Amino acid sequence: MSVSNRRERGGVPSLSLREPFEQPSSIGAWLHSRRAAWAFMSPAVLLITLFFFIPVIVLLVLSLSDLKSANFGTFQWWLPTNWSLDNYSKIIGDRFISKFLGNTLFYVLTTLAIFNFGSALLIALITTHINRRAGFFFRLLWLLPRLTPSVVYILMWRRIAARAPHGILNQFLTLAGLGGGDNLLQTMPWVFVIIVNGLIGASFGLVIFTSAIEAIPRDYLTASKVDGASTLQTIRHVIVPMIRWPILFVLTFQTLSLLTSFEQILLLTGGGPGLFRTEVWALRAYHLALSTESGNTQWGYGAAWAVILVIIGVAAATIYMRVFKFDELVEEPKIDLI
Amino acid sequence: MKVELENLTKRWGKFVGADGINLAIGDGEFVAFLGPSGCGKTTTLLMVAGIYKPSEGTIRFDGKVVNTVSPKDRNIGMVFQSYALYPHMTVYQNISYPLKLRKMPKRERRERAQDVADMMGIGDLMDRKPAMLSGGQQQRVALGRSLVKEPQLLLFDEPLSNLDARLRLSMRGEIKRLQMELGITSIYVTHDQVEAMTMADRIAVMKDGKLEAYAKPDELYDRPRTLFVAGFVGNPPMNFLKVEVTREDGEYRARAEGIDLLVPAERGEKAVIKGEVIMGIRPEDVSIADGGTQGEIYVVEPLGRDDLVDVRIGDIEIHVLANPTLGTKMGERTSLKFDTKEVQFFDPETEQSLIWN
Repeated sequence: MSVSNRRERGGVPSLSLREPFEQPSSIGAWLHSRRAAWAFMSPAVLLITLFFFIPVIVLLVLSLSDLKSANFGTFQWWLPTNWSLDNYSKIIGDRFISKFLGNTLFYVLTTLAIFNFGSALLIALITTHINRRAGFFFRLLWLLPRLTPSVVYILMWRRIAARAPHGILNQFLTLAGLGGGDNLLQTMPWVFVIIVNGLIGASFGLVIFTSAIEAIPRDYLTASKVDGASTLQTIRHVIVPMIRWPILFVLTFQTLSLLTSFEQILLLTGGGPGLFRTEVWALRAYHLALSTESGNTQWGYGAAWAVILVIIGVAAATIYMRVFKFDELVEEPKIDLI
Repeated sequence: MKVELENLTKRWGKFVGADGINLAIGDGEFVAFLGPSGCGKTTTLLMVAGIYKPSEGTIRFDGKVVNTVSPKDRNIGMVFQSYALYPHMTVYQNISYPLKLRKMPKRERRERAQDVADMMGIGDLMDRKPAMLSGGQQQRVALGRSLVKEPQLLLFDEPLSNLDARLRLSMRGEIKRLQMELGITSIYVTHDQVEAMTMADRIAVMKDGKLEAYAKPDELYDRPRTLFVAGFVGNPPMNFLKVEVTREDGEYRARAEGIDLLVPAERGEKAVIKGEVIMGIRPEDVSIADGGTQGEIYVVEPLGRDDLVDVRIGDIEIHVLANPTLGTKMGERTSLKFDTKEVQFFDPETEQSLIWN
């Protein structure tokens, strides 16, 4: 049955997603003609609208207002007359802004480079090049931090870092005559923040990279070896280029998740020691908007911090897609909706 | 380069992939490893390539044991069924990859790759990615990549199996010609006996990890040493029937129910000792003609030049290549003439040939 045939019958809906030449007479007809497409898309559209777009809009509106626990119930934050960019100019004027920005950049880049991406790729490569069973066992070990409940996991690390004579690390350090036995979370908080987050984060990339590497047909690896490549050259010239898509995915996903993650830092150092030593952007937003420590939760002001984080995240994702030529990685759909 | 395999064995736990393979390949020779899937031919090839380490036995290149030499130091070229072209590299990058790994200067790399590409008839496709090429073009690129470093040994792992029938035929000829002109020792793994017969100087027939036979194509065809080889080599395959061979009045006769054939004395005398044997006769040695053995036509399969006719004589099934002009019809009665000059006899227990062993 041809397209023109279908149109003559009038009532028979065309289900095609790609018929740009067919001009619908009205929006109703257009919707009708794309019934199947909408039926398939609607659950996702609904979820994204409900749990992403609406909250983002609410967040945006909140960030323009001065809603806080002090004026809650009386302040009409949804009225445009109460909106201004004051929160944003306040953030720009914050004398610690470079500290938060620097902390965030340092935290995200270091954790990503060393653990969430670096270790994940390295361990995936190692465990796919050794005995299968040993590789599996080794990968399982790396999943343990993720399987452990956060609070238990952080308590464990606090015990490890605690000061002498209780701290596990300090017991060894004092035996070796190193360090003053101080709480290591006080003396080297960043080392612990990065290790604690990294050990959890690495397993994500590890699982994805492992399956991607194992999915590479054996022939490519055989061909590369026969062509004269060493194992390292095969990894560089064949394996890594062939897992470019998972690499992009892990980098993007982990950057965003690190940008927005703060719970481990909150539990481990609370942003300290001292004034904001390990306070990252997301933790700052949390402290302002949701924590009652200061006695006054500033929802509006905190929301403005969060909005900036969303903007940074979107920018980072866009840069990754440009660098990795996302368009070239995406294949044409294999199934056509008729 | 000469290649010798001695007692070559590969085991994974209890599973035996290749079992005590012994064979020698002469310098410049083209040898096919032929067998059904799972027979160990690719396992053996990958041991020669250095991808698998042998569990036992030795591999020698020109007399030198290479068991522990890594693939990159063996100077071999390999062509795969899947072509295995690196999808992120252009044709030029694919072909010149082995040269790049040798740290050859860029200009020389360019020239060598272009020469090989021109030889393969893909010189104008250098900037394309593999995904933009047809199957035949991809296989030419793969061949080019295997040849560019001037290997001393070429390994083919079912290189034509992914091509369509027509292309397979022309590539078959081209590879054979190329191998002859370059004189590079080659091992060609295939499950297609026609490919093996038409291309190889010698064929190693493998079954269940073991080497069943290693001989020239015509020898495998005319003097099969085992029932398996007789059945695997030749298309359409040889007919097998259980017969009793007896000697009467100085003549040798092979009999089964409804069949009574006179067989040549020099072949019959080898079978008569055993009595009950398996007789093998090729479809081209049986013809439809009056005054022979009576049977019924069960199926006729037109092949173009011939008809492949399945004739039933009681329980016995005989395939015959018949002239299509005979107009054979399914269900009709017919009569078969057997030309027993090339008849084969096998021991039913050991499945070894009674004539050639």
